[in-house]
Amino acid sequence: MSAVIEGHHDDHHHGPAKGITRWLYTTNHKDIGSLYLWFSFIMLFIGGAMAMVIRAELFEPGSQIVSPEFYNQMVTNHGLIMVFGVIMPAFVGLANWLIPMQIGAPDMALPRLNNLSFWILPAAFGVLLATFFMEGGAPNFGWTFYAPLSTEYAPPTVTYFIFAVHIMGASSIMGSINVITTILNMRAPGMTLMKMPLFVWSWLITAYLLIAVMPVLAGAVTMMLMDIHFGTSFFKAGGGGDPVLFQHIFWFFGHPEVYIMILPAFGIVSHIIETFSRKPIFGYDSMVYAIASIALLSFVVWAHHMFTVGMPIAGELFFMYSTMLIAIPTGVKVFNWLSTMFKGSLTFETPMLFAIAFVALFTIGGLSGLMLAIAPADFQYHDTYFVVAHFHYVLVPGALFSIIAAVYYWLPKWTGYMYDEFMGKTHFWLSFVSVNLTFFPMHFVGLAGMPRRIPDYAMQFADYNMIVSVGAFLFGLSQLLFLYVVLKAIFYGKKATGQVWEGAQGLEWTLDSPPAYHTFETPPNLEAGEAKG
Amino acid sequence: MYLKKLILCLSALFLAPLSFSAWDDINMTPGVNAIAQEIFGLHMTIFWICVVIGALVLGFMVFLIIKYRKKEGVEPADFDDNPKLELTWTILFAVILVGMAIPATTTMIKAYDDEEGDINILITGHQWKWQYEYMEDEVSFFSNLLTSLDARNNIAPKTENYLLEVDEPLVIPVNKRVRFLITANDVIHSWWVPDFAVKQDAIPGFINTAWTYVDEPGVYRGQCTELCGVYHGYMPIVVKAVSDSEYKDFIQGKRDLKAQQALLTEKLWETDELFAIGEEVYLKNCVACHQVNGAGIPPVFPALAGSEIVMNDKGRQVEILMEGVQGAAMQSYAEQLTEVEIAAVITYTRKAWGNDAGGDGEIVVPKEILDYKNNKL
Repeated sequence: MSAVIEGHHDDHHHGPAKGITRWLYTTNHKDIGSLYLWFSFIMLFIGGAMAMVIRAELFEPGSQIVSPEFYNQMVTNHGLIMVFGVIMPAFVGLANWLIPMQIGAPDMALPRLNNLSFWILPAAFGVLLATFFMEGGAPNFGWTFYAPLSTEYAPPTVTYFIFAVHIMGASSIMGSINVITTILNMRAPGMTLMKMPLFVWSWLITAYLLIAVMPVLAGAVTMMLMDIHFGTSFFKAGGGGDPVLFQHIFWFFGHPEVYIMILPAFGIVSHIIETFSRKPIFGYDSMVYAIASIALLSFVVWAHHMFTVGMPIAGELFFMYSTMLIAIPTGVKVFNWLSTMFKGSLTFETPMLFAIAFVALFTIGGLSGLMLAIAPADFQYHDTYFVVAHFHYVLVPGALFSIIAAVYYWLPKWTGYMYDEFMGKTHFWLSFVSVNLTFFPMHFVGLAGMPRRIPDYAMQFADYNMIVSVGAFLFGLSQLLFLYVVLKAIFYGKKATGQVWEGAQGLEWTLDSPPAYHTFETPPNLEAGEAKG
Repeated sequence: MYLKKLILCLSALFLAPLSFSAWDDINMTPGVNAIAQEIFGLHMTIFWICVVIGALVLGFMVFLIIKYRKKEGVEPADFDDNPKLELTWTILFAVILVGMAIPATTTMIKAYDDEEGDINILITGHQWKWQYEYMEDEVSFFSNLLTSLDARNNIAPKTENYLLEVDEPLVIPVNKRVRFLITANDVIHSWWVPDFAVKQDAIPGFINTAWTYVDEPGVYRGQCTELCGVYHGYMPIVVKAVSDSEYKDFIQGKRDLKAQQALLTEKLWETDELFAIGEEVYLKNCVACHQVNGAGIPPVFPALAGSEIVMNDKGRQVEILMEGVQGAAMQSYAEQLTEVEIAAVITYTRKAWGNDAGGDGEIVVPKEILDYKNNKL
């Protein structure tokens, strides 16, 4: 099924345009990939700075550096930025760079749409961050923005927040359409679906999730907009509305969203582990089926976020069982990664270190997720730091580590220069120690009874909060080192070869490092050979 | 000092799991009644299952990392699947999950029993305090944070129950089935007392139920667990479980108080007297939003100092306190405060911060509040 354009064009050796217009007008998947990745890197430091404010405030009991009002603004925007501004754009950036190169396509299927999907993102976050300077302050109702706190009781800037979310949603939907169209139509001849690299598979499924749930989020914020400005009562109890309805709609979006932030990570880690194990991925087919079943299950587990809203017992039990089921495909994936390493020939370059840490720490996050699924026990866990520990374990040493691993792994390919291995490893060890120092004690304070989203806490939580804060500061500083390593590679790195890694398989490694501005203008023919990445 | 504390903390972090005596600080409370203890048992079961799985996975991983590092002359294997093995571990996962689901289901059914209680208490969440209404006895009161602003701002020392102390705890009798009917007046709150294993969202327009049965007299503390606005972290819950006779005295005391307060509306009041009571009421109920100096936090919480209404429109000010303001955080205080307290706090705001000089300086007496209430009827 090849839809590659057969015609010739004479200008296919031209390079990028000069100056700022290159970036503003670009329709090149590599440029847009870089834009997404740099955008997400910048947002990582903005969202990270907010986390530092939070941890400074919680360093000791008592009011420290900010007011409770500003603290809530920090909590809210830290969450929104990390979810919508860091993890998601970083994965889209990786998709842009890698999908065409991994399937042997010249570019994304819809390049102009691609340009638009990126350039509305800075606009969305500009709107969101501008609320900090407006009367009433930035959104302060948590990233889950439960009504009526986010409607009747919200600061006036909530309207800007709603428009920002709309724009982010539009960007994601356009990006997903592009990914699906590219993967289904532009694979090199011979690359059947079950021969696609796992990263491509994970993104194909993620893109469908995005298309399914981003409109639901748009619906939720539109209903909020109507409640706030046009006198409707979707979520207003006083007008006959239903505040719990908001949570059902939000989490119907929110749970698939959680997997949107982890499925591409599964793809990345599979590539890295097989490369540095010098052995093909174990159980390719079951990896694909596992991703697909996690995606399907994600639509029927949403109310496990709502075990305490007063659902009937049948609902509690249904959502408990369906959530527990997710452990099966997730367990399959973990065991497959371990089996890939089994009898391999392992080396531990920086990407491999991050990938192994991903598997280990994601397992911890997955197991605490299994505990949270047990509804009666969740009555005690719900909305405590145990939950905060759980989702940070799957998002920071989970999703974020996979992105960092991907950057180390493909950076030589993208730029043509190697990063400094010693500095990369230093970055890894600092991050690994500090991420655990930050998030592991959170399990304990949560079990001991500390609720989340509070600006001050009772005396018995003091010791562990101090450890958490120290860990968080260290983790924050370590990421500055990451920036340094990346910049150093770009400006002073040693030349990289096309193959880069001894054990790397896949079409992208057949290209030069850095690849030409336009690659695979003639698709490689894989009919004879094996294309699995 | 920090360094010493830090070293202490770090060693505690790694040593704590080794000594069971330190578990109290880092584990779920076992609870004080049968259902809480059962949930605790369930928690420990799944916790240990997860610890064992985690240890096996991580242990195997360490083994792989050591055993299969790249060595000269050793070629990696090239197998890439093993359907029998894969099927085996998939079935194994399913078996473990069923093993966890069975006890979880039985506990769930016990926790979800919503039979009527011997005593039924309506709990209403307000920004940022709890209201307790004893439905059989027609007694109702509000429970506010007791911790002083000075302690929160590190000026005064912090006591043992910092942020977990209230002016009026919820009092319940031991050895009785107490049912809680939980709702909210403004945004969503969540009523959590870990020792009872009761965490139930308080949602406007809904009444959720939960129940407890306490054997041991004691004081049990909890907090609001759903983000409910600026002072979410400052609305604790304190429940005092007492003997049946103490409980009866408590209810009688509340009823007597109500009768006394009704009498006070007929008393002749001095301005100074009202001002003094009003200041107290203001510091307890109003400062969170309108601030000590009356400047508020515009535009969300308006200033009272220099406000046209507070200076020159007594009628409207009474109305705002009695009815609240639609679509804003300002709630109705008609039930939260007594007639005397409402009159006093209005008087206070009309006299304080130079409002006296700038406005008409009129005061409000408790009788006017009573009249307002009666006219509405």
